[in-house]
Amino acid sequence: MATAGNKKSKAAKVWLTQFTLIALSIFFLLPLLWMIVTAVKPLDETMTSPPVWIPSKLLIGNFAEAFSYNSKDLGYIPFLVYGKNTLFVTCLAVIGSVISNSLVAYSFARIPWRGRELLFGITLATMMVPGPVLMVPMYALFKEFGWIGTFRPLWVPSFFGSAFNIFLLRQFLRSIPMELSEAAKIDGASEWRTFIDVIMPLTRPALVVIAIFTFLWAWNDFMGPLLYLTDQQTFTLSMGLQFFQSQHTGTPWNLLMAASLIVIVPVIIVFFFAQKVFIKGIATTGLK
Amino acid sequence: MKARQDQRVGILFALPWILGFSLFLAYPLISSLCFSFTNFSILRSPRYIGFSNYSELLGDKVFHTSLVNTLLFAAASVPLATVFAILMALLLNSNVKGMAFYRTIFYIPSLVPMVALGVLWLWVFNSNYGLLNMGLERIHIPGPPWLTDPAWTKWTLVIISVWGTGNAMVIYLAGLQDVPQSLYEAAELDGAKTWAKTRHVTIPMISPVILFNVVMGLIGSMQTFALPYVMFPGGQPARSTYFFSMYLYDTAFLFQRMGYASAMGWVMFLITLALTLVALKLSTKHVHYEGG
Repeated sequence: MATAGNKKSKAAKVWLTQFTLIALSIFFLLPLLWMIVTAVKPLDETMTSPPVWIPSKLLIGNFAEAFSYNSKDLGYIPFLVYGKNTLFVTCLAVIGSVISNSLVAYSFARIPWRGRELLFGITLATMMVPGPVLMVPMYALFKEFGWIGTFRPLWVPSFFGSAFNIFLLRQFLRSIPMELSEAAKIDGASEWRTFIDVIMPLTRPALVVIAIFTFLWAWNDFMGPLLYLTDQQTFTLSMGLQFFQSQHTGTPWNLLMAASLIVIVPVIIVFFFAQKVFIKGIATTGLK
Repeated sequence: MKARQDQRVGILFALPWILGFSLFLAYPLISSLCFSFTNFSILRSPRYIGFSNYSELLGDKVFHTSLVNTLLFAAASVPLATVFAILMALLLNSNVKGMAFYRTIFYIPSLVPMVALGVLWLWVFNSNYGLLNMGLERIHIPGPPWLTDPAWTKWTLVIISVWGTGNAMVIYLAGLQDVPQSLYEAAELDGAKTWAKTRHVTIPMISPVILFNVVMGLIGSMQTFALPYVMFPGGQPARSTYFFSMYLYDTAFLFQRMGYASAMGWVMFLITLALTLVALKLSTKHVHYEGG
């Protein structure tokens, strides 16, 4: 059916798409590329007009130096310690979030009980509560618990579920045929065994989505650590980055960019390898 | 017998959230409402003062500025980000080589911590050394003072938020992949071209996703904090980037007025709620749900 003209216009369309994608990629990558170039530059080439795209010297050592930077305002910045702190909080948050949200979503999606729909409705409504409203009362609550200055306010709540993740997982779990559960139960499996052995293995793409969302949120969280951490030794990477900026003595831009790269590269690698499952996971959760 | 067991097991599975909801949502929300009628700081225990926090808000010029700033930012960034994210998702949904690569690149801004992003952009937008103005100069457009002119600072933040719209983009992309191919084939048989297919098949089919993203974007933009906090300390210049949540944070933890901050929080909650309900109401005519 396809005529020669039709074929030609199709090829043109593919080229146009490819071209637009490449142009947009440059727009997205240019700031990042500049970040990389700057991270390996000597300091006096960072703030110049016109910009220096090819550094005169390649200072890979800037990365090591970022780990032992001595700020004139704040003293030594223990960046490695911040990395460890961030990793600790992020891991616990991801574990907690995957466990709690899958349990709760399973209950909402696959166990009939009275009050379920009402609670689910309320859960959806809570997504409209803006975070800053909870800033003061959460601080007061954690102070009551004696948790200010510890990591607990940053990861403990993950073990109790979150509305958005519950919603996402519930949509996914509802798409798995009920017959599977029924068959398992006829074979004598309890609800718990059905959950662990039958349903969870099928839920993997959706769990990857939850894990990645939680990972990103915890790794990049700025307001939480700002509110609850008090001792410089317990700070996280996103706060640590701020210490490289200085109003008084000048910012070591090259080290700041090196430090920023150390923070974002692990995230980009994780996403690159997970992106196919990630997007498929979102697609099948039927987010709508 | 089975029903009773389901009831017990169901509640047991949902228990983490029942506890979490009560302890980390319902209780704080109610206690913040109570705080909003008190005078209270970390050092002083709450003292009831009636509606004075709310009446003070009415006359608080800084509060008005921060509210207007936030609403203007939301009004500009939500529509722009929506259009941009849909266009990007349409591109990413086409069948060309190297998709994994492009998807990762377009998502990168959402992966970068706001602080790193803020610092990077401070630099790109710098009027003397910034990449952007130097690029504009080359094509003979005088670049505006992005970071120092109160008329431009909000636009700077809008541009950054549009650039960082990866999360919405991924969700649109997932929505696009759910549109049945048969609908496009049917449209083609009727002689529909690309634009007609987008207008009459794609957009209606993903309209629930659009609604979801617009509402989430609205709620998100109302609580913008880290980016302006890092890029424009104190909301400078001339408080043009002083947003609602920054004022709330400063009021509670800098000025130590937690009761007053709670009142602000509730006003913000009610405004967000009203805006969301308006968005939902307006959407009923335009959003197409399959089946029902």
